[in-house]
Parts: sequence; structure tokens; C-alpha cells
Amino acid sequence: MSAKTGGPVYKGVGRIPDRALLLFSVLIYAFLYAPILVLMFFSFNSSRSTQSWTGFSTEWYAALLRDETIHQAFFNSMKVGVTATLIATVIGTFTALALTRHDFRGKLAADTTIYAATVMPEIVVGVSLLAFFVATLIPLGIELGIVTIVIAHVAFTVSFVTIVVRARLAGMDESLEEAAQDLGANPTTTFLRVTLPLIFPGVMAGALLAFTLSFDDFVITFFVSGVGSSTLPLKIYSMIKFGVTPVINALSTVVLVATIALIFGGSRLLVRRENS
Amino acid sequence: MGGKGRGWTLRLVGLLTPITVWLGLFFLVPLLLILAYSFGKSGVYGGITLGFNPGNYLKVFDPLYLEIIIRTFVIAALTTLICFALGYPLAYFITFKGRRWRNALILLVMVPFWTSLLIRAYSWVVILSGNGIANKTLQFLGITDAPVTLIFTSQAVLMGMVYSYLPFMILPLYASLEKFDTRLKEAAKDLGASRWETFWRVTFPLSMPGVIAGSILVFIPSAGEFVIPQLLGGSRTVMTGSLIQSQFGSARDWAFGSALSIMLAALLLAAILFYVRRVGADKLEGV
Amino acid sequence: MQRRVSRGRFLKTLGAAGIAGSTLSILSCQPNTNAAGGGGGGGGGPEEKELALYNWSDYVAKSTIPSFEEKTGIQVTQDFYGSNEDLLGKLQAGATGYDVIVPSDYMVAVMIKSDVVQKLDKSKIPNAKNVGEDYLGLSYDPNNEYSLPYQWGTTGILYNRKEVGELDGTWDPLWDPEFEGQIAMLSDSRETLGAALYRLGYSVNTKDDDELAEAEASLKDQQPLLRGYFISTEVRPLVQNGDVQLGHVYSGDAFLALAGNEDLDYIIPKPRASRWTDNMCIPNGAPHPDNAHKFINHILDAGVGAKLSNYTYYNTPNAAALPKINPALKNLPGYTLTPEIFERLEVIEDVGAKTRKYERIFTEVRSA
Repeated sequence: MSAKTGGPVYKGVGRIPDRALLLFSVLIYAFLYAPILVLMFFSFNSSRSTQSWTGFSTEWYAALLRDETIHQAFFNSMKVGVTATLIATVIGTFTALALTRHDFRGKLAADTTIYAATVMPEIVVGVSLLAFFVATLIPLGIELGIVTIVIAHVAFTVSFVTIVVRARLAGMDESLEEAAQDLGANPTTTFLRVTLPLIFPGVMAGALLAFTLSFDDFVITFFVSGVGSSTLPLKIYSMIKFGVTPVINALSTVVLVATIALIFGGSRLLVRRENS
Repeated sequence: MGGKGRGWTLRLVGLLTPITVWLGLFFLVPLLLILAYSFGKSGVYGGITLGFNPGNYLKVFDPLYLEIIIRTFVIAALTTLICFALGYPLAYFITFKGRRWRNALILLVMVPFWTSLLIRAYSWVVILSGNGIANKTLQFLGITDAPVTLIFTSQAVLMGMVYSYLPFMILPLYASLEKFDTRLKEAAKDLGASRWETFWRVTFPLSMPGVIAGSILVFIPSAGEFVIPQLLGGSRTVMTGSLIQSQFGSARDWAFGSALSIMLAALLLAAILFYVRRVGADKLEGV
Repeated sequence: MQRRVSRGRFLKTLGAAGIAGSTLSILSCQPNTNAAGGGGGGGGGPEEKELALYNWSDYVAKSTIPSFEEKTGIQVTQDFYGSNEDLLGKLQAGATGYDVIVPSDYMVAVMIKSDVVQKLDKSKIPNAKNVGEDYLGLSYDPNNEYSLPYQWGTTGILYNRKEVGELDGTWDPLWDPEFEGQIAMLSDSRETLGAALYRLGYSVNTKDDDELAEAEASLKDQQPLLRGYFISTEVRPLVQNGDVQLGHVYSGDAFLALAGNEDLDYIIPKPRASRWTDNMCIPNGAPHPDNAHKFINHILDAGVGAKLSNYTYYNTPNAAALPKINPALKNLPGYTLTPEIFERLEVIEDVGAKTRKYERIFTEVRSA
């Protein structure tokens, strides 16, 4: 990471490849952003069309404010995201500790399962959970809804949290923990006072990843959601499928701006923390 | 660390119980359930009777469905290749030419990465429609005089997939390039290697972990995709994901849908194992 | 200091996890009580002021639901589906929380046979008297024990007359290579197989394997000419925007498009085409059956029914609403059915054991 500032600055041999690379990169950024900008542009259209510009208006934002089903979907997404993130972060951190600090029989099986859960296609996870819920929960009188969504989201995010926290733990110097124990601290105190503060950035990163995965998930949620438990992605899908109006563009714009604000805010905060 | 006493065991059990229960009950058992279903038989109006009925797997090998599975893997591989071709130069640019803009440039890649896939796929629906901006641009430039078919084609699906998954390729590539020491390149150059030689002999091999991670991150969701084909393919360019979804939805043939899911999962895992073996598992470390 | 903050945070996290756990158990109790309250299918205590409607997209007037909410204080949530098979698939996949669903003719028969819907309590639906005689006692539910009609219509071709000229009145144009890439078909297995069967001169309800094989081959021939398979509300804008010139649609979507554009036309092709009726039913295990009856009664009110059909441009089965139907609608081509047209319309029926075969053919055609 420090190489750039350390050694002499590497200079390209030929100028032309550099120029070509610069141009190529600019084009890729344009490719990444142009569609998003078009989308935002039409959120201010004065007619129902999402294709022909007829004039400026903010009526679709007003419609967005009025549409309670969208608010409900947003609250459902928040409810699911926060609950699933909390559960997945705690379980994932525990698992990461067990896997890095202990050797035990079945560790390979545990490892394999955790990696398998991250590479299993979402659609397979979705339909298998649907089959499972229909066979078990529904006969018990528990319907598909927020609960089943949370269960599913924890199941597919917990492995990601485990991997992220584990990476942090692996890079950590164990001698600090050993020193604490030599000084007479019990394992719990050692964990709370030494380990946790050290791995905290990893835990936070895992939680952030879990929340994003949960908040964005469409495929798995599509299969395990029930009546009245539509999350924001399901609502957006329904809006695209069953009647396109610029309200979707307005909603997309709000989501995008919020995402950008969170990323930039978050990164500035991180930088400040690292500096201090 | 420490002596292995009762406390050690208790602690380990405490740490491992939650994950065992959760992944066991809500990941492994459901997979076993659809494995059982895949040998079952669907009723006329839906519902399923268990048994041993290999017919669902034979149906997977029916040329019609086999073609869909092959098509799925071809589209996923193409998506991965194109993402790599577009993503590597950009990751390289950000790492070595980005200078003080490096953080800002990588943030610009992260914004689409964190943004809803559905919204980004929808943006292409808007652009590619008959009256959309793509057609208007073509007509304005005089390339065509009437709207041409852009949306609901396999190319549109491929475009949507590349667009959606490109950031998944760039970020791991950047992460692996960023790690490595520019002094290595300097040394290679001092030893008389040309720019291209330096790249192929030093830079590229060292970025392999990123290439592997990026490819897997793009390939897996592409192979299981069903939303993008539906939005941009006019539900005609059926990929395996769409086929599975319709078996659990309107077609109500859970037995066949389960067999397809098991096949998809098995093929994907096999593909990843093969790929990682081929390129070398040791290179994966540190990803 | 740093350490203490982190410890505090950790405790907070644990506390939050505890809260999350208890929220989860509270959340899981909620549907339980719902199910207990609604399982009886009638009787029981007073229901929550809620109703979950599972309906086709764009199929209520702007005023339909607000007027119901105002009158009864019941909050309505609405979800959508795109085909009868989607509806049945979702119900079989554990969507047990809906109070009112709107299946078409043959699907009502399928749902009765597979015990998905419950009997209606007619004493709670006084407005049932408004339904026209022609729309009661149809073969799929001869005594209307389970269903009452919502709206009806036909399925035909919406096309751009200015671009492609007058059509010949048959199903053939949907198979014409001249219109390659300009055709959109419905993603509705029975209707789309139906179009092929009609074109070949067979019945939409055939159980003959040879006829079905011919229809399958015909649809596979047609597939390369298509833009894709869509739900009807998607086909409408495709034709309006000029993305396609010919669209296989339900009549209401066609009329909505015609009303805004002189260039478009709608035909009910020869030799035969479909006439269908969508019906309101209450699924088994509906959490709010009382509210569901109130809602069905609301729809069958003369004024509400008229507003509904004046908005969606479908036909109303409500005899009392007929005088209030917008006269402009009646002049649209194919809205008012002449006896000549009526006679060549067929109603899609349940094909029993052949249902699987129809599904398989449609899946294969779409994948070809």
C-alpha cells in the first residue's frame, strides 16, 4: 500500500499506451454512469413517459411521497436488514473466532459449508428455502413473511461476515492476547478488552456487507416473502413489471443519492479515524 | 493457545452452536430437501409425491433443456470474459496511474457496486426501448432512420449482465494490484525487461488472486441470473435461472425445478473447483 | 478510553442482538394469531381492519379501493400477478395471507378441485343480485358457490393499422414472417397455446395429443418471429410506443390503447377466439374472510362496478352498472359483442390431467 509513496515514481515507457489507457478508463466510467444519469434525468419528466422528454416537473417525487406502499416496503427492508445484520454479525464473529483460534475435528467440513454458502447461486438458495418453509413452517401456522425473510438473509449473509472477520483475525498478532492471559485476564476479559477492539473494524465491515447484501437482495426474498412483506427490491420489481411510471425513476434516484451519500460519508469517516 | 480444558471445549461449543444450527437448518437441510424432491413426482395441479424417480434428471438431459443449460454457461462465461477485458485495464489504470485521485476513482466504482442491481438493470430497459435514448442517438447520428430492435434480444441480456457485474470484477482486481510493490516492477525494468515483459512476467501473475476472485464473483451470479433475462430478454432468452423460477412458479413442477437446481449447483461447484485447480489454489490466498 | 468505548459498543451489540432475537419471536407470533383468527373461514371474533387483495395488474379504478377504505375503514394492500398460473403457483408456494383473489374461469375450476378456495356466504353479499344472468351459473362453478364475476373480456390482436395495414381478421398475421421482430405474444400458457389451436381450427380445450403436438410445432415456428412473451399490461405500451406492431392482448388493454391513438385497431380473430370472465374468490385460510365478503359486495355495487369498468375498459358483468358505462366505450370495435362474434367465442376450461401437458408445451416453446 505504501509502495507508491515509497519508491521512485514509475514512469511509462511510451506515452501513447498511457493516453489510450486513460481514454479507455474514461469510457468505462461513462459506461458505468451514463445509464444511471439517464434514469435520474427522466425522474424529472413532466409526462408519464420514461423515454421522451416533455418538460421539467417534480410530480413523481410528490407521488413517491404519497405512495404508502413504497414507504411500507422501505420499512420492511430496514426491519429485515437491521435484524438480519445483527444476528449474522454476532454469529459470524463467533464462528470466525472458533475457526481461527481453535483446532477441532470437523473444521474442514465447517469451512467447506461456509464457502459453499457463499458460492451457492442465489436462486438455488431461494427455491430450497421456499420448499423448506412450505414443508415445515407453514404446517405450523407460521406464514411466509418478515420472519422467513430474516431467516433466509441471515443464512446467506452469515458466511460473508465470517470470512471478513476471519481475515481480520488472521492478520492479528496473537501475542497481545497471550500477554493479556499471562497477566491473569480470563478468556472473556481478554476477548472484550483485547480481541474485540482489535477486530472491531473487521466486524463493522462484515456488518456493513451483511446489511448491503440484505437490503439489496431480490432473488432469495422473491421466493421466501409473503403477503404484505414486500421489501424495497420486490416493490421496485413489481413496479417495473406491472406498470412503468417515472415514480420508479424518482425512487431509483433517491436510492442512488442515498447510497452515494452513505459511501462518501462512510469513507470520509474511515479516513478521519485512521488519521487520528 | 492455552490448555485444552473443559472451559476450552465449552467455549468452542458456545461459539460454534449458532452457526451449526443456522447453516444446518436453513442451508443444508433445505438443499437435502430439494435433493429429495428432485427424485419425486409432481401432481397434475401441483404438489409433490416423494419416491425414486430419475425421470426429472433424464428430462434435464433432454436436448431442449440441455441447450438452455449450455447457453446459460456460455452467457455467464462471456459476461465474465467481457468484464475481465473491460475491468482489468481500468483496475490497472486506477492503481498505477490514478495518483492522488486513486481513492476517489475507486469510490466511483464502489457506488454502482453498492447500488441495487435491479435499478441498474432497469436503467437499460429505459435506454434500449423502441423510443429510448439509444435509438434516438442512432437516428440522430444517421446510423438508422427507423427504430431498431435493441431490447428483448440476447445481446441486451449480455449487456445488462456485463453492466451489472463489472464492479464485481474491478474491485477484487484493484485489491490485488494495489497490494503489490511497485519496486518489483522497477526491479524488472532495471533488469532490462520491456514494458510488456514486465506486465506479463511480473504484474499479471501477481494479480492472479484478483483475477480468480473477480471471475468467480461475476461467473456465479451470472449463471444463476433470472431477473436480467426477464427484464431485458422478453422472457424468451430463457436461462437456467428463469427455467427454475418458472418451475417453482407458474409451471408448478417442483420436482423438475429441484432437479434443475441440483444440476446447476453441482455444475457451478465443479466449474469453480476446476478453475481454481487449473489456475492454482495457492494463488487464492490473501483474497 | 478507546477500549472502554469499544466494550460499551460490544455490550450494545449484544443487547441489540437480544432485542433482535425477541423481535423475531414477536414477529413470528403475529402471523400465528392472524392464522388463528382467520382459519375458521367465517365466524370468530372481530377481524383487524385489513384486507389483502391479490389481483391482476392495473385492474382496479383509482377510486375503487379508496371508496372501500372510506366506507369500511378497512385498509387494503394489493399485490399483483401476471397470469392464472402465476397466481396458483404463488398460492401453492405458501402465499396464505390473501383475502381476495381474481382467477379466470378454468382456474376457478382448478382451484375448487384442488381445494384452494372456500365457499362464499351469499348472505353477506347482497349486491350479488346485481350480476347479470348471463354471467351466473357458468360451467366452472355452476351454482356460484365459490365465485362471483369481477369483469369479463376477450383476447385478440392489438395492432398498428397505419403501419401494417388492415389485418385479414384471422390469427395468421401473428405467424407472418413479414412482421418478424414486430410481434408480442402473451406469457399466458392457455391463451398462447389457444391462439395456435384456434389458428389450426381446433378447440382451446382440446385433449387430443396430435392437435396439441401440431399447436406446439406451430408455436415453435412462431417463436423466432417474436419480440417475446409478456403480460398484457406490458404488451399495451409496447404497441403504443411502436416497439412492436402486433400484440396478443386482453381486450381492456387494447381499448385503453385505442382510446388514445387513432392508428391502432383491435380485432377478435376468426375462426375462434377466447371470451373469459375473471372472478372474485376467497382462498382457504384467508385471514380476513369477513372483510373479503365486504369487498366482493363493494365491487358488485352498481356505481363502483361502473367506475371500475369505465377505468379499466373491460366489460362489466354487473347488470345494474350497465346504464352507467361510458357510452364512448360501447362504440369501440369489439367492446359490444354482436351475436355473430359472440357465437364464435370459446371459454377456456380446465383440461384436467392434460394441464401438465399444456404447461410443458409452453415451457418448451419459450425455451426453444
